[in-house]
Amino acid sequence: MTEIGLGHYLTLGAVIFTIGIVGIFLNRKNIIVILMSIELILLSVNINLVSFSIYLNDLSGQVFTLFILTVAAAEAAIGLAIIVVYYRNSGTIRVEEIDKLKG
Amino acid sequence: MIAHSIFFYIFSIIAVISAIMVTVSKNTVHSVFFLILDFISISCLFIMIGAEFLGMIMLIVYVGAVAVLFLFVVMMLNVAQQKNQWFVSEENSDHIPIGLIISTIIFFELIIVIGGWKYKPDLFSSSNLSRSKEVSNTHSLGQILYTDYIHVFQISGMILLIAMIGAIVLTFRQREGVKKQSYIKQISRERSEGVELLEVESNKGVKIDD
Repeated sequence: MTEIGLGHYLTLGAVIFTIGIVGIFLNRKNIIVILMSIELILLSVNINLVSFSIYLNDLSGQVFTLFILTVAAAEAAIGLAIIVVYYRNSGTIRVEEIDKLKG
Repeated sequence: MIAHSIFFYIFSIIAVISAIMVTVSKNTVHSVFFLILDFISISCLFIMIGAEFLGMIMLIVYVGAVAVLFLFVVMMLNVAQQKNQWFVSEENSDHIPIGLIISTIIFFELIIVIGGWKYKPDLFSSSNLSRSKEVSNTHSLGQILYTDYIHVFQISGMILLIAMIGAIVLTFRQREGVKKQSYIKQISRERSEGVELLEVESNKGVKIDD
């Protein structure tokens, strides 16, 4: 209980990952919250990589965390740009009303 | 060690609660604020276990850039006033219980994997990129980032450039009815099309712009 090991950090990563999954599945509001849930999932992956890197005494995990950070920033920028364009064209970003591909 | 565990529990409880609040918050602006709190507490955890460079980079990139970008888009799109509709839908959709079931299954699978996981005994000796105790974290990370991982580093720079170009191209639009200065038109103007010399007869004047 008092000794914090690798398992504690992995459990924290698992909890945040599951919260992100629940946020994607159950969200009825708008797409921006879904993007934020994806950021949460990437954050939990970063927690896993950093804790493995520290406890295994190997630096490559932190290097890959840096690259995941880069890709997450690029993904957020592109996703928000797509949301802005969609809002400009259709006037809503509610999840229920985005059904243009239904035909 | 006691202080380490106390701070771990404080920061992780704050992180988990703010992650829950990101998804259930009524206002989208509040969700962005809780996302910022989540990132800050996780970067405090990173600094605490010895990855101080990544903690600082996380603060700069996520809190300074990504969360501000989210806030900017939320305020620009005026969706902050839309009420949250958790578990309430117009048509009876069956994806909510299935989503809950799948998330709990994923969570318990992760917990089972974490609980029944052990090191391979020869794993410690096989790592060739080990941290040395004398050099700081930032120093050693820079030493391998610019030598062993230089191509991946350059590719990530290309990814950032392509993302920037893509975001600009997606959101750029030509507005109608906005008067703009055209430099090429101004520079390429000749004297012959601007000025005309006329012989003015006495008592008659000149008719311009007919």
